[in-house]
Amino acid sequence: MQSIHVRTKINGQAAEFLCEPRQSLLEVLRDVLRLTGTKEGCNDGNCGACTVEMDGRIVPACLVLGAEAEGADILTIEGIAEGSALHELQNAFLEGAALQCGVCTPGFIVASKALLDSNPDPSEEEIRFWLANNLCRCTGYDKIVRSVQAAAERMQQEATP
Amino acid sequence: MHWIDYYRPSTLEACLEAFAEHGASARALAGGTDLLVQMRAGRLANNVVVDVKAVPELNEIRYEPGIGLTLGAAVPCYRIYGDPTVQREYPALIDSVSMIGGTQIQGRASVGGNLCNASPSADAVPPLIALGATCRVASVAGEREIPAEDFCTAPGTNALGEREVLVSLNLPAPSPDSGACYLRFIPRNEMDIAVAGAGVSVRLANGCFDSGRVALAAVAATPLLVPAAGAALSGQPVGRSAIAAAAAAAKAAARPISDMRGTAEYRSNLCEVLTRRALEKAVERAGGTLG
Amino acid sequence: MSTSTLKPTSTSAAPADRSGNGAPHRDGYEPNMVLATQTFDVVGTRPVRHDGADKVTGRALYGADLALAGTLHGAILRSPHAHARIRSVDTSKAEQMDGVYAVVTADDLPEAEDKLVDVGEGDTRLSYVHGNVLAKGKVLYQGHAVAAVAARNQHVALEAADAIAVDYEPLPSYMTAPEAMAADAELLHSDLRMKEFGEQTDKPSNVAEHFHWTAGDVAEGFAGSDVVVERTFDTSTVHQGYIEPHNVTALWNHDGRLHIWCSTQGAFVVRDVTSKILEVPVSNIKVTPMEIGGGFGGKIPVYMEPVAALLSRKTGRPVKIVMSREDVFTGTGPTPGSHVRVKVGATTDGKIQALEATLAYEAGAYPGSFVAPGGMCVFAAYDCANLSVDCYDVVVNKPSSAAYRAPGATQAAFAAEQVIDEVASKLGLDPVDFRLRNAATEGTRRADGPKFRRIGCEEVLHAVRDHPHYAAPLTGPNQGRGVAVGFWFNVGLESSCTLNVNTDGTVHLVEGSTDIGGTRTSIAMQAAEVLGIAAEEILPEVVDTDSVGFTSVTGGSRTTFATGWAAHDAAQKIVAEMRARAAKLWSVEADQVQHAKGVYSSNGNSIVFCDLAAMSSKTGGPVSATATVKPRGVGGSFSANIVDVEVDPETGKVEILRFTAVQDVGKAVHPSYVEGQMQGGSVQGIGWALNEEYFMGADGTMKNSSLLDYRMPTTLDLPMIDTCIVEVANPGHPFGVRGVGEANIVPPPAAIANAIHRAVGARMQRLPMSPPAVWAEVAGS
Ligand SMILES: Cc1cc2nc3c(=O)[nH]c(=O)nc-3n(C[C@H](O)[C@H](O)[C@H](O)COP(=O)(O)OP(=O)(O)OC[C@H]3O[C@@H](n4cnc5c(N)ncnc54)[C@H](O)[C@@H]3O)c2cc1C
Ligand code: FES
Ligand code: FES
Repeated sequence: MQSIHVRTKINGQAAEFLCEPRQSLLEVLRDVLRLTGTKEGCNDGNCGACTVEMDGRIVPACLVLGAEAEGADILTIEGIAEGSALHELQNAFLEGAALQCGVCTPGFIVASKALLDSNPDPSEEEIRFWLANNLCRCTGYDKIVRSVQAAAERMQQEATP
Repeated sequence: MHWIDYYRPSTLEACLEAFAEHGASARALAGGTDLLVQMRAGRLANNVVVDVKAVPELNEIRYEPGIGLTLGAAVPCYRIYGDPTVQREYPALIDSVSMIGGTQIQGRASVGGNLCNASPSADAVPPLIALGATCRVASVAGEREIPAEDFCTAPGTNALGEREVLVSLNLPAPSPDSGACYLRFIPRNEMDIAVAGAGVSVRLANGCFDSGRVALAAVAATPLLVPAAGAALSGQPVGRSAIAAAAAAAKAAARPISDMRGTAEYRSNLCEVLTRRALEKAVERAGGTLG
Repeated sequence: MSTSTLKPTSTSAAPADRSGNGAPHRDGYEPNMVLATQTFDVVGTRPVRHDGADKVTGRALYGADLALAGTLHGAILRSPHAHARIRSVDTSKAEQMDGVYAVVTADDLPEAEDKLVDVGEGDTRLSYVHGNVLAKGKVLYQGHAVAAVAARNQHVALEAADAIAVDYEPLPSYMTAPEAMAADAELLHSDLRMKEFGEQTDKPSNVAEHFHWTAGDVAEGFAGSDVVVERTFDTSTVHQGYIEPHNVTALWNHDGRLHIWCSTQGAFVVRDVTSKILEVPVSNIKVTPMEIGGGFGGKIPVYMEPVAALLSRKTGRPVKIVMSREDVFTGTGPTPGSHVRVKVGATTDGKIQALEATLAYEAGAYPGSFVAPGGMCVFAAYDCANLSVDCYDVVVNKPSSAAYRAPGATQAAFAAEQVIDEVASKLGLDPVDFRLRNAATEGTRRADGPKFRRIGCEEVLHAVRDHPHYAAPLTGPNQGRGVAVGFWFNVGLESSCTLNVNTDGTVHLVEGSTDIGGTRTSIAMQAAEVLGIAAEEILPEVVDTDSVGFTSVTGGSRTTFATGWAAHDAAQKIVAEMRARAAKLWSVEADQVQHAKGVYSSNGNSIVFCDLAAMSSKTGGPVSATATVKPRGVGGSFSANIVDVEVDPETGKVEILRFTAVQDVGKAVHPSYVEGQMQGGSVQGIGWALNEEYFMGADGTMKNSSLLDYRMPTTLDLPMIDTCIVEVANPGHPFGVRGVGEANIVPPPAAIANAIHRAVGARMQRLPMSPPAVWAEVAGS
């Protein structure tokens, strides 16, 4: 019964931690590293509240073992804003009232960022398909989808000089 | 979750040795989307987890024209549907891997895991059966091949021995004039387990069905190959009546149960509807017309 | 402030035809319309919420995010049986496990006195609350808490809970109201006696209470009707489905003070109920409400707080317990399944002559199903002299039900609005027109007696009739359009608010209402309006129970209404004080100082709020004011939907093609968040309509207690949800505000059922209208 020493990268910074092999990446982020922005809604892959990016791909942190983070590159909600500047998605969520209770918001923002990174101009259908693994019980999704659209628009404007 | 030990072998040899050493107390970890959920629910008694994702043979997607596709057992769905060759040659596989879970699940879930988990409702299995896939299985004692339709033996059990690992899936190269499709029915539009599913493939020649394969999900104890449905197509003119006969054969072969996902009667009906719709799509993909 | 007749505001302009015969404007259609009557400077605008940055960066602290030094982790052992006698509980093995610090059972709770306790939105017997927290003698549902442990980490805690041996003697279980009401059904509670027509009887029964309201002569009304339709309907148990599971951290300090941090809709309710259960004075308990990840009524009850407190007392350390998703489904309040009969009679002139309903709701393990509000709402949209309503509150072996957004009203509307639609179509009348001919209005008597004050039922129906959606053509086969209307109340209860003026002209606002969806901002905006400053210059803070006056739950659509009112009153006190300060500056009397929009003036002198605030030290010291309210002028809200569906007749699957929610909100303080309430409530209603249900096995256990098989709508299951805000000012509130949070969930299932009927001819009498159910109905018809 031995803990594991894991070396990884989180939000651009080298990080290391000890974890029990049974601990999920979600438990490690929240309980060991105290990065509590990543939320738990179901612990079985259904709600998307625990979404993080791992090696460029979004995954449910509750279905990843902490030990699997060895050598990986992980991005969490805490790493989305750059310095004091919010990401356009964060701005758009605020201006578009895309959150009510806000517990789903970190997961939606991390997932939406990954979408816009790979598809800067998604259709409504593409946004809805991409975000189907993220549940929100408060908003009915309307304002979330619109905010992702708004952020995409603004990011494209910024990208074209 | 009870205590486990975790290993991550980086060669097939080391991986097979780990299973040789731990036998039934070890479980392979691919995407973990079944494994971790079941372990947390206390449904599995293993105390060793062998992460197979660092083994090169389980991680490759390789296509050789004329021969076919070698798909590593641990390759996650997103890599499969992101692969242009697979998109072109195996649209039925794309159908299934792009509907398993949602985006995040697809970042982890593998076809190998889907198959090994041996759920009757597994979405990747009917298209594998319809496409005539074989499973490459290895242990320290050697290798063997198992046809996809023989791989699952009961809900949650598969044909692997205690020390065996699924290495890869081999899909024959599709012949010209062939087409395949997988359709399932779920109450939501994503994030759901199939109430029923139909994976089909057809080969057309001279306006007739040369051959066809139909496999069903979630209507028997294992994913189910329906030879009678294929037989109903063979030699018949491409058209709605042959498709209807195949769909009826699929419905007749189904042995569904009633549970929280649907009644037996409803599932039987879905077999007919889904087989018909999947065959229509497969014909279209094969370049045929229904007339 | 300006007043005019209904017209669109500038924030979200949309033309609406108010004059002619309802021909809609097709051009300039806006997905989110506001039909406003009054405009203000701050109220009605859309500032960014004050807690926004914390919530988009992951910094906001929810209950599960708290980690006090030395925290132990708890786990709760729950019953695997729907109904069983507990013969014995053996905790010895768990207690001996490495890393286990304490185990508690019901024996650790003080004996429950037989008295009533206020649980947030009404009273219940203390013994029920007690019994639900930790089962004593009997378990009444699968998931009923039996024991709890505190351990080094959550894995050890779960293993230890598994090691507790409970010897059960299974008993017959009853899952639906009709089963539990059967003459030969065994009693869930041997001491339960039916209450009938407000009187306590001595009849042992699983029916906890029977309500009956009547007016006029129903028999005569039906006799004089040309069309009479009577049908019965059933709805399944559904869950509130908030994404954040319940959680608590408790520290019973060595000085005897108990501090609880939790996710709750009412910190004071947690304090008061925990105090009663544990027999500790309220003054010894401090509850800090953490950020809350959704509630919808389901986070009003107290579940784990007393348990964590007992574990903390035994161990001398903070104890944290977080529910699993399965615990949330099986151990916390769902909303009742129902069995409802509705009968409606009308004459060929389109007038309803008689209304009759019988409602039986599944309270779950303990009485209190919200069937009475269901009965009050069932015909609330209609003006009819002859009506009769019977309601039965029935205990069954399911989790004790909790409030869920307009509790009781959705089940009732599912029944009533379908029968109303059927009567309209038998009369050959347009369904909106029929409803308008009979719409409740000021002075209409509700089933349970009270007469409506100014309400917006007709205005909502007009907005439906005039909405471009209502006139838009359907585009294919198997499509149908449905409408329905629903009503829900707005409660007053009690709220407190303190404003502290800073010398830089900003104002700290201290309040006690949990903010579930932007209420910090909607409350702050009302203070800002009175003070004549910007919403951003108010800095709202939700604080613990030691730091603010008593404040009732965030529930009953009351927070913006009532706590906003307290903020309004506190701001008026600040204005009065600021006038006195200005008067001092200018050596005049306070009543010679005028205030308008943040500018204080007198005889040619004037000073803005900010400058006056800067001089507070010179004019008499800090400026601060507190107000408490117990408002009476509550304003109920009507909500209606237009929904287009397409049914796949071969699979029974229903797609929502287009959805419009219309609601009378009195005054939308922050229209974006009001739209959000309407959209969120609509989508919960859609989920309830189509797929959500507790799927119970024959053994009375829930088979689908995960978010995979309890199918809440995903992004891909929905279109955009269009909104139309109708503002019929509530004369009882300073800004005309009505409660807006709940009425929006009431009409969707009925509207969708009506749409399905128009699409494929099937009349759906059961929820959910899941694909197998619709298919069976279509195949059968
Ligand atoms: C939210 C959610 C949604 C889902 N939706 C779907 C869906 O729509 N359709 C569907 O079919 N499934 C669905 N699933 C189930 C699951 O995602 C799939 O079955 C997935 O393909 C499993 O792959 P994995 O790589 O995650 O397998 P793992 O969980 O890693 O493994 C599954 C099982 O196979 C064994 N195993 C894995 N690889 C090997 C190997 N190489 N050799 C021997 N044994 C091996 C493991 O030990 C384990 O017992 C869903 C699951 C979740 C959590
Ligand atoms: S907590 Fe991981 S998906 Fe819900
Ligand atoms: S805002 Fe509450 S769950 Fe999405």
